[in-house]
Amino acid sequence: MGAAIAVEGLSKRYRIGELHSAYGTLRDSLSTAARRAIHREQRSHYEEIWAVRNVTFDVVDGEVLGVIGRNGAGKSTLLKMLTRITTPTEGRATIRGRVGSLLEVGTGFHPELTGRQNVFLNGAVLGMKRREIVGKFDEIVEFAGVEQFIDTPVKRYSSGMSVRLAFAVAAHLEPDVLLVDEVLAVGDAEFQRRCLGRMEDLSESGRTLIFVSHQMQAVSQLCDRALWLDHGQVVGEGESAEVVARYLQAGFGSGSHREWPDLASAPGDDLVRLQSVRVVDERGQLIDTLDVRRSVGIEITFVVLRIGEAILPKIKVYDSRGDVAFNAMDTSARWHEPSSPGEHTTTAWIPGNLLNEGLTSVDVSVCSLGAPKLYPHAGCYDAVSFHTRDPGDGDSARGLFTGQWKGVVRPLLDWTTEVR
Amino acid sequence: MTELQVHDRVDTRSEERRAGQGSTQPERVTVIKPAPRWPHLDLVELWHFRELLGRLAWRDVAVRYKQTSIGVTWAILQPFLTMVVFTFIFGRFANFPSKNVPYPIFTYSALLPWTYFASAVALAGSSLVTNSGLVTKVYFPRVLLPLAGVSVPVVDFFLACFVLGALMIWYAVYPSPAVILAPLFLFMAFVAALGVSLFLSAANSRYRDVPYAIPFLLQIWLYLSGVVYAFTSLPERWQWVLSLNPMTAVINGFQWGVLGTEAPDPAKTMISVVATGVLFVVGLWFFRRSEPRFADTI
Repeated sequence: MGAAIAVEGLSKRYRIGELHSAYGTLRDSLSTAARRAIHREQRSHYEEIWAVRNVTFDVVDGEVLGVIGRNGAGKSTLLKMLTRITTPTEGRATIRGRVGSLLEVGTGFHPELTGRQNVFLNGAVLGMKRREIVGKFDEIVEFAGVEQFIDTPVKRYSSGMSVRLAFAVAAHLEPDVLLVDEVLAVGDAEFQRRCLGRMEDLSESGRTLIFVSHQMQAVSQLCDRALWLDHGQVVGEGESAEVVARYLQAGFGSGSHREWPDLASAPGDDLVRLQSVRVVDERGQLIDTLDVRRSVGIEITFVVLRIGEAILPKIKVYDSRGDVAFNAMDTSARWHEPSSPGEHTTTAWIPGNLLNEGLTSVDVSVCSLGAPKLYPHAGCYDAVSFHTRDPGDGDSARGLFTGQWKGVVRPLLDWTTEVR
Repeated sequence: MTELQVHDRVDTRSEERRAGQGSTQPERVTVIKPAPRWPHLDLVELWHFRELLGRLAWRDVAVRYKQTSIGVTWAILQPFLTMVVFTFIFGRFANFPSKNVPYPIFTYSALLPWTYFASAVALAGSSLVTNSGLVTKVYFPRVLLPLAGVSVPVVDFFLACFVLGALMIWYAVYPSPAVILAPLFLFMAFVAALGVSLFLSAANSRYRDVPYAIPFLLQIWLYLSGVVYAFTSLPERWQWVLSLNPMTAVINGFQWGVLGTEAPDPAKTMISVVATGVLFVVGLWFFRRSEPRFADTI
């Protein structure tokens, strides 16, 4: 058995500016260029980050490899390079055999088209030939359980139905090598069980799988080996149960508490240094799992070393996909004047019924206001994380619905109804 | 499982490059490495993805005719009503020259290739951003998106041709033998639209202004293409300058074939052909160069 996947020194560098240029306009670029020309400014040195740095590993034929790590550790970037969605900055990887990828269930589904039309469209997008789709069509529809609605536009499907249909198409893509990203994060328990079952089938029939997940249980259960990434680098590799155990021991599983006992090496500058960050419940107790209905506090302790600029605490909250859910900072008057030296403990309260289920991670920083952006004196990316669970008692935003509930946030709204 | 494996092996041709010519291994090998400095177009790969191209184009056609209540009629109504308005304003009122054919049929025959070009650029020019869900989640040659975009309005073009036929019978205007060259001129419009769209769609992945710029660009372009007036009635030196616009040659050539008007000047046509080639090459080069970063910047 040879290596189905050989990865050698794969790296991906982003310029910070590049990551945020999504809403760039031509005017911005022109004005920057003009400013440079007028002031003879140097081409501003972009802040660069290595999302993935020098990653090397092999996956042998028929093996199932799990990739674990915190949000932003580079797991998804690695997968995006292996699926050729983005190109690496350095390094090389070779994959033997037909490659299939599943980065998101239902990629390319169009709401106006019928289920049947979407099966063909989605199949083609995933790289299936028409003949293949025709051959598997009945099986796909049966797996999804949407026989009666196959000629109905997908916009009339319940979200459960369209996810089932999308997964059915993807599950019948039969590649030699399958790359899967966090599909288990969506859908209800039944759907997740089916996903896992299907992946087990694939691996039993000798397919090679790479599986990126936050769910340690699924990784230990499904994978032979696991790769642990942190800050874009491989920090652990080996038998999956063993790597998962080390990962959990290192405190990444909960990650709801972070402390820097040595002030000199703590994140910060000559004005402010971080001391600790904790995720707490309403009574100030450390928690790692949150009931979706309860509020949660991000407690930040920092030391002000001298009287300097006015500073204020800020948090940045990410959902389980690594997308920014929101930013928040304390805008109250107490931060308008420079803070007095000493230890400060401040807690940001995130209300209940706001975050969606899954893993939430939080960046914390202590900044001063400056145009055009906040200047961070002390900060820590991905300082803490916690899981949000919905007990399903019916008094949260999802009510008694048990299917997939999309969205970065999940507010419980007031509804008014008038009957005339 | 056995049944599935039969299907699994149906596709035996390599979608990826083989790992070197002398390789004895039967499997495909995908090599992932940093983007090359000099981009090139992998035609073998494009051919392999031809079914997806068809699907993407078909999706746009299907969705368009599904979402609109009068569906197919749009394709006919749009150039037809424009023709009526142009005939009143430019034909009757301003008395613009029309190559000695009735103004309605003159402007309609110019509007056909023009409407194709304009819809193609509008659709394909924003194709990367409208399909960003695909671009960030699955690999395929990105060129397929603008290519599908410029293919979709071809359907509308053929539908609108029926009205042209009716107008020709009504006004008793008959095609010249050069009508067999008409497809070539249309192909030129296709290539020019593709070149412009490749450039615009790649720029759109970084700059959100592009969708606002496109209608404006097309509006100006319309008046530089000889749709409302006869190109041949312009002062000679302006004709040379405007020949840099491929659409002048497309429209003149199309009218020459379909309406039997004066044959276009070969030298001016050549200028347009070269301009089309340049547009295409520059567009493709810019697109391929930006391609490695589409998923990161979109």
